[in-house]
Amino acid sequence: MNVQALRNAQLFDKIEPRLRYAGETMREVARRPSALVGGVMLVLVLLISLGFPLFYPIDPLEQDLLARFTPPAWQDGGVWVHPLGTDNLGRDVLARLLHGSRVSLLVGFSAVLVAALAGIVLGLVSGYYGGRLDSIVMRIADVFMAYPFMLLTISVIAVLGTSIFNLILVLGLSDWVTYARTIRGSVLSLKEKEFVEASRAIGTPHRVIIFRHILPNVFSPLLVLGTLRVANIIIWESGLSFLGMGVPPPMPTWGRMLAEGRIYITDAWWLVTLPGVAIMITILAINLLGDGLRDALDPRLRNI
Amino acid sequence: MLPYLLKRLWHTVFVIIGISVISFFFIHLSGDPVMLMLPADASHQEIEALREQLGFNAPLYEQYFRFAFRAIQGDFGNSLYYKIPAMQLIIERLPASLELATAAMIIALVVAVPIGIISAVRRGSLLDMGSMLGALFGLSMPHFWLGIMLILLFSVQLGWLPTSGRGTLAHLIMPSLALGLSLTAMFARLTRSVMLEVLNLDYIRTARSKGLRERMVISKHALKNALIPIVTVAGMQFGFLLGGTVIIETVFAWPGVGRLVVQAIFNRDYPLVQSIVLVLALIFVAVNFLVDMLYMYLDPQINYFEDK
Repeated sequence: MNVQALRNAQLFDKIEPRLRYAGETMREVARRPSALVGGVMLVLVLLISLGFPLFYPIDPLEQDLLARFTPPAWQDGGVWVHPLGTDNLGRDVLARLLHGSRVSLLVGFSAVLVAALAGIVLGLVSGYYGGRLDSIVMRIADVFMAYPFMLLTISVIAVLGTSIFNLILVLGLSDWVTYARTIRGSVLSLKEKEFVEASRAIGTPHRVIIFRHILPNVFSPLLVLGTLRVANIIIWESGLSFLGMGVPPPMPTWGRMLAEGRIYITDAWWLVTLPGVAIMITILAINLLGDGLRDALDPRLRNI
Repeated sequence: MLPYLLKRLWHTVFVIIGISVISFFFIHLSGDPVMLMLPADASHQEIEALREQLGFNAPLYEQYFRFAFRAIQGDFGNSLYYKIPAMQLIIERLPASLELATAAMIIALVVAVPIGIISAVRRGSLLDMGSMLGALFGLSMPHFWLGIMLILLFSVQLGWLPTSGRGTLAHLIMPSLALGLSLTAMFARLTRSVMLEVLNLDYIRTARSKGLRERMVISKHALKNALIPIVTVAGMQFGFLLGGTVIIETVFAWPGVGRLVVQAIFNRDYPLVQSIVLVLALIFVAVNFLVDMLYMYLDPQINYFEDK
């Protein structure tokens, strides 16, 4: 019992500085109203997206041709069975929006994860080792930067075919450059710091220095960047979906709902308006949170 | 200055080679490009004929060099669908896209820079908070959705503006507004933050203390330095604008290269897709190079001999 308590105390000693740091950071973030509002909005969006089957178990694909183009409930002719109305095939718009949120969020967060992983590794290695490796990676980054992103993704998707996996991979791998550059920049300044020099002096292997000592220090710019990029990726995903190059049908996505609704723009305003509102609320939440995180964690990154 | 120019030129050449490699290889990603270009029920003879016609029987590296050599001479191959040189199609459509992107860029700069300056000068005022909130909304709106909303309001409800096509100034208004909005938001935020930084510098205090009017301080002293990052970002964003035209041109049936590339993808016209991607990327590189040159002019202090 005593031994266990002692061990716990030792463990606590070890992790306390990091915990306190994280706590302070959280308080710093929470002090910014924009971060707080954005964070709460995003948590709500995530909760709704994960939990909607509990309170709205309507099939987004079920057609009811007699109830085509039912307007939202608050309008004349609207019914509360379809709170946000129905589309050209009588499918429930709210159910489709809720299912579509899963696609957008899944693609957004996963693609950022793929991009960040690729960017972290390349940025760390090229910043730390420098030299020829660094120039090769940075020249490749230049090429990727020069490529209009949208064209790169649509041309690759057109060749590979549309699937959620391809989408995540293509969006992720086209976006690694920003991470690699940001991290490389931080590493360049970090590797001159005393703590890195000290661990090198006592013979710590490079691998350990990179992942144990440098990586935790580039975490805040990474968090800020990653958050803001989720927003961009979601917009791109909806754009690809709009062009018919997103997740294949019948899975409802916000982009495809807009593309399909566009044909009926004169008769059914809600079909072209509501999916956009859904995208905007999600992106707004992420941008607010990202801005707040940036101000709290790293004021130098204001211009990203 | 000359060594810097040469180095920059060498970078550009490297990027162009890289771009040509990516443009060449992406259609090989799926394995057999010929299968992509033909309908699923194509006969064996048809497949072989197309493979022979496009030179896919040669080794990959040989194909690449042939492609690159022709591209240098301005020959990007023929469109499979239109049966005419891809370059001819691109040249026909490019002015429309450039017009759209330029209009969007002008709108963005003309609206955003003054907003950014006023927000920075009147920091914390209602105007500042209002415009920054507006900018945040602007950044959070997909531009193609904004396009659709503009159509809903100005064409469907009010009947003021045409929904699609190109020709008059009225046709240009909605697509360029939609394309330029997120850029406007971004420039407004950028201008504000750069101005805030510059306004805190010593030379601004000097200018003020020698009794210059605030107007002069801001327009002559602060703005000139704040312009440098704005010009850089504007150059970088021009390429993204060209990419962004892909969706906006589809929404407004704007006859530019963006719409051409989407149609080419659905027609399985990959030689055309390849050419468009290559040409747009080259334009992007050229614009960046020009921006760098402009940079030298705007900021004579930059040390171009650092690598010597």
